[in-house]
Amino acid sequence: MWSFLARRVAATLPVMLIVAVLVFLMLRLTPGDPAAILAGDAASTDQIARIRANLGLDRPIFMQFGIWFGNVLTGDLGESFYYKATVTSLIAHRLEPTLSLATLTLLIAVFVAVPLGVIAAWRFGGWFDRMLMGFSVMGFSIPVFVLAYILIWIVSLKLGWLPVQGYQRFADGMLPWLRHLILPSITLSVIYIALIARVTRASVLEALGEDYIRTARAKGLPEARVLVRHALTNAAVPIVTVIGIGVALLIGGVVVTESVYAIPGLGRLTVDAVLARDFPTIQGVILFFSFVYVLINLLVDLSYVFFDPRIRY
Amino acid sequence: METPSSAQFEALSVESAAVVRQESGWRRARRSWSVRIGGCALLLILAIAVAAPWLGTVDPTLFDAGSRDLRPGASGEITTLEGETVSHTFVMGSDSLGRDIYSRVLYGTRVSLVVGISTALLSLAIGIACGLASGYLRWLDGILMRFMDGIMAIPAILIAIALVALWKGSLLTVIVAITIPEIPRVTRLVRSLVLTIREEPYVEAAISLGTPAWKIMFAHILPNCIAPLLVQGTFICALGILIEAILSFLGVGLPTDIPTWGNIMAEGRIHFNEYPHNIFFPGVFLAITVLAVNILGDGLRDTLDPKMAKRV
Repeated sequence: MWSFLARRVAATLPVMLIVAVLVFLMLRLTPGDPAAILAGDAASTDQIARIRANLGLDRPIFMQFGIWFGNVLTGDLGESFYYKATVTSLIAHRLEPTLSLATLTLLIAVFVAVPLGVIAAWRFGGWFDRMLMGFSVMGFSIPVFVLAYILIWIVSLKLGWLPVQGYQRFADGMLPWLRHLILPSITLSVIYIALIARVTRASVLEALGEDYIRTARAKGLPEARVLVRHALTNAAVPIVTVIGIGVALLIGGVVVTESVYAIPGLGRLTVDAVLARDFPTIQGVILFFSFVYVLINLLVDLSYVFFDPRIRY
Repeated sequence: METPSSAQFEALSVESAAVVRQESGWRRARRSWSVRIGGCALLLILAIAVAAPWLGTVDPTLFDAGSRDLRPGASGEITTLEGETVSHTFVMGSDSLGRDIYSRVLYGTRVSLVVGISTALLSLAIGIACGLASGYLRWLDGILMRFMDGIMAIPAILIAIALVALWKGSLLTVIVAITIPEIPRVTRLVRSLVLTIREEPYVEAAISLGTPAWKIMFAHILPNCIAPLLVQGTFICALGILIEAILSFLGVGLPTDIPTWGNIMAEGRIHFNEYPHNIFFPGVFLAITVLAVNILGDGLRDTLDPKMAKRV
């Protein structure tokens, strides 16, 4: 098992390296002087010269990548000219709201989608199944920000139940924190629920056709136990996989949702940085998000060992 | 003893079993309700896009200071480019500059469809080329697929946002920026299809007859990839429309003078509390269009590509 873990971890390193190369190249392949682009429109000649020296822009491109990558490895993602702060500290400051939003969304999505998927598979072809599949196509199609405004309009403006926008830190109390996050999380979880419910249904449906399900039913186990203990456990690997892959959707959704609900997190930082053409920040945030995405999928890979003891390469 | 009916008889005979006609996927697709509903809705939207100038619209960039923030259905005036002031009914209301939302939404259909269809075609074309190369030229496979893994590790919207920010928004850059993150998925699909198909006896036969590699790729392998690629293409089209709207909505997409659904909604954000129609109407059009493409894609997948339907 340790060699399996080691091999999985080793396999993600080249992916991270390629992501770094791509993020690095994104800026170099853009027409214009990278130092001038990085320094921003308001920069003086001095500042541009300093950035040029710092990045080693007069040296060959491989050297430049080496310098930049070395900086990234030590946690130095460069300096934001718009916020006048290091990108690393910016990310650290904006992490809490995004982490809260993503975690709450993930919890809602999993706790809603998995039971829905199991019931749909259990009553395959019935009205519940068809309704869930219909909902899932709709969930994929309705844009996050349209849904966000519909929810704001109904829940916050017409009913007045929840605040329209904003964020309260967790340290300021659990209830205000939750009140500000519940609507964004529901908005963001819809597409995720659609995705997970679909895969849960297909996966459980396949497991239900297996011989051991017939055996379990034949020996008189209660149906709930057959569904959860026998079918769902054996259907877990594809479900966990799609939860991991779906994190990409979640990150994309965070950018939009935080923008609509005025949550000062990483997604909002991305949009603000793009609007200000603050490239060190854009680069840093993309690297950070990709790193998290790869890391989560690594954890998902490792969790296979837990769900399916046969996986021990 | 009963004499077997001809149908039973046929079912028993070995020769007839070999020629049992399997209904082709295309015919099944045409009978599927998802394909019919999705296809018809999409045709209707396409018709709206083409016929936008003749559907009671005015030039979507026209504005009139006297017709600001009108509610849907209100009458007002609008000044044409010639300086004439004509009366106009604002079916979907007007925005804070006094522009007709109805006209802007209808013209926005064009942008969305162009972006969706172009991204689908472009990512299919590049993905097919990379996938064929990767599946057939083994020496290229390792490098190319690692490169694709790298792109897939970056969330699609982030790539699109970053590229548009670097290149400055125009129709072409938006299309290219949305296409790039979609290429790896097509490449992977084509590669896996090629790896399966190249083991088929007819490919082996072609190889042993000395058929050149390019001819095997295009004449023997590619035609068998069309159904799954078409399915993938519809999903990319839906995604392309969505991402374009997101980019415009965030203010990093197409220039604000082009009427796109995302731009209309971006402008309606500030006054959303009082005038939700600025976001409501383009939002509904966007959702219905993406829904139509997705329903069509679902139907095509279930009928053309049963293997893939089983996977998800």
